[in-house]
Amino acid sequence: MTAFLDSILTGLALGAVYALVALGFVVIFKASGVLNFAHGSLLLFGGYLVAVLHDDLGFAGALAVAVLATAALAGALDRLLLQRGDPDPQAAHVQTIVTIGVDIVLLTDLSRRIGGDLLTLGDPWGDSVTRLGSVTVADSRLAAIAVSALAIGAVFALFRHTSWGLSLRAAAEDTEAAALMGVRLSRVRMLAWCLAGALAALAAVFLAAFPAPGLERTTGQIALKAFPAAILGGLTSPPGALAGSLLIGLTEALAAGYQSELHVLGEGFGDVAPYAVMVAVLLVRPTGLFGAKGAARV
Amino acid sequence: MPGVPPQERPALHVEGLDVTYGRALSALRSVSLTVPHGAVVALLGANGAGKSTLLRAVSGTLRLHRGTVTAGLVRYGDTVLDGRDPVAAVRAGVVQVPEGRRVFAGLTVEENLRTGGLGLGRRAPEQVREARDRVYTLFPVLAERGRQAAGLLSGGEQQMLAIGRALMAAPRLLLLDEPSLGLAPRMVFRIAEVIREINAQGTAVLLVEQNAGMALSLADHAYVLEVGEVRLSGPADDLARTDAVRRLYLGDDAGDQGAA
Repeated sequence: MTAFLDSILTGLALGAVYALVALGFVVIFKASGVLNFAHGSLLLFGGYLVAVLHDDLGFAGALAVAVLATAALAGALDRLLLQRGDPDPQAAHVQTIVTIGVDIVLLTDLSRRIGGDLLTLGDPWGDSVTRLGSVTVADSRLAAIAVSALAIGAVFALFRHTSWGLSLRAAAEDTEAAALMGVRLSRVRMLAWCLAGALAALAAVFLAAFPAPGLERTTGQIALKAFPAAILGGLTSPPGALAGSLLIGLTEALAAGYQSELHVLGEGFGDVAPYAVMVAVLLVRPTGLFGAKGAARV
Repeated sequence: MPGVPPQERPALHVEGLDVTYGRALSALRSVSLTVPHGAVVALLGANGAGKSTLLRAVSGTLRLHRGTVTAGLVRYGDTVLDGRDPVAAVRAGVVQVPEGRRVFAGLTVEENLRTGGLGLGRRAPEQVREARDRVYTLFPVLAERGRQAAGLLSGGEQQMLAIGRALMAAPRLLLLDEPSLGLAPRMVFRIAEVIREINAQGTAVLLVEQNAGMALSLADHAYVLEVGEVRLSGPADDLARTDAVRRLYLGDDAGDQGAA
């Protein structure tokens, strides 16, 4: 039972962090139709900034700078590189390919700087743990759950209650009709990229925190696990991304926790589990968990 | 309204407009048209005549269709609109209801109405409430369905929502692209009433229609577009009596259709 609860808590913490990344994918896709393959590098960029700045600015200051800088980088990437020229929705495919190029450039430079090092982020949780009954949890995981919940709640509130959120949802449904209402498409879109960048930087902190050894150049690859989470949720649905992320996180933690029982599947099934779940769900619901739009009269 | 300075009674002027799609396909050739302050003007023409293109040029959405204005100008009062983005038109008070209604199906009716005010930026809550009350008075059915997804409304209700959404920006000139398209005759009659009422409240209307009978019964003045050029123009009553218009758009039982 303890092992089970342990896995559940770990899974929730993992899922909460994946959700930060997956929401970024969804917000960007909804706003611009682009699958951002540079998301992992943006995440690594944010984490790297925290790592190099926390000595001087303290953890909170470094995190604030990293979040803002990653948001700015993502926004600039969209405005200066992707939004040039063609407003045709078909151009989203081309822009998706461009993000692959951006990923390579960013990742190469960050890898060169990080090298083989493990960078610490100076987070306040360190390796301390809290006992909840029979279960022992790392404080960093509790923080991950709490901070992610707050951040995700804030994003949902932005979607529902702000002009930006309304503009984005309207533009995602019908770009031209939204333009006719006076929605500034390029600004709405750029802000979506900024938001996704900020979330990625936040996620980086928890991906590098205990029990992970620290930030390394492969930390960005974690975005690859949030990707099936976003797809699972339907790619345009923020609640779907959240549900998908929790599902992936729990699957991964349970697969790792019960690895000995799952031995028939071979070592390291936890790493493949996200994809196995994604394929299984898509077989039953090809549009993802929340992908199918509500009934529409034609 | 004598005594009101001209800039407060702006008119839409389209002068010698040429529009080209993809650098090759010429859609409009030296089209000139005027919608005076507070008037209803009808723009008639068959499919592909360039009616929607003209509205795109006014609203600034040509770019989304790879179209460009290659000559001429569009101006509303003192504000030049051609080559600007759609926000400029909305801010100037010129709002379009696109063909096919194009409501945001996944958003609620109430949210759809909110999108109508997005182009104006931050507005005082009472201004927004005033605009919404005006829409709900005009279309009580929208008030009843406020929390329903717009995609679940009937075609006629969606057309009302599309018009209501545009009215949320408190336009001085409303561009209506085929509001009668695909609607039952009863609903066409209702929409015609609504247009008359909106105009009576002081909003000018540029009405693009294939249903010439309905359009000519509402309009003061009308233009007929044919393959990108203005073929005929004049007072609506005169045009309704023109042989060419009767033959092409009204059929022989023109009188009946006008009443539909």
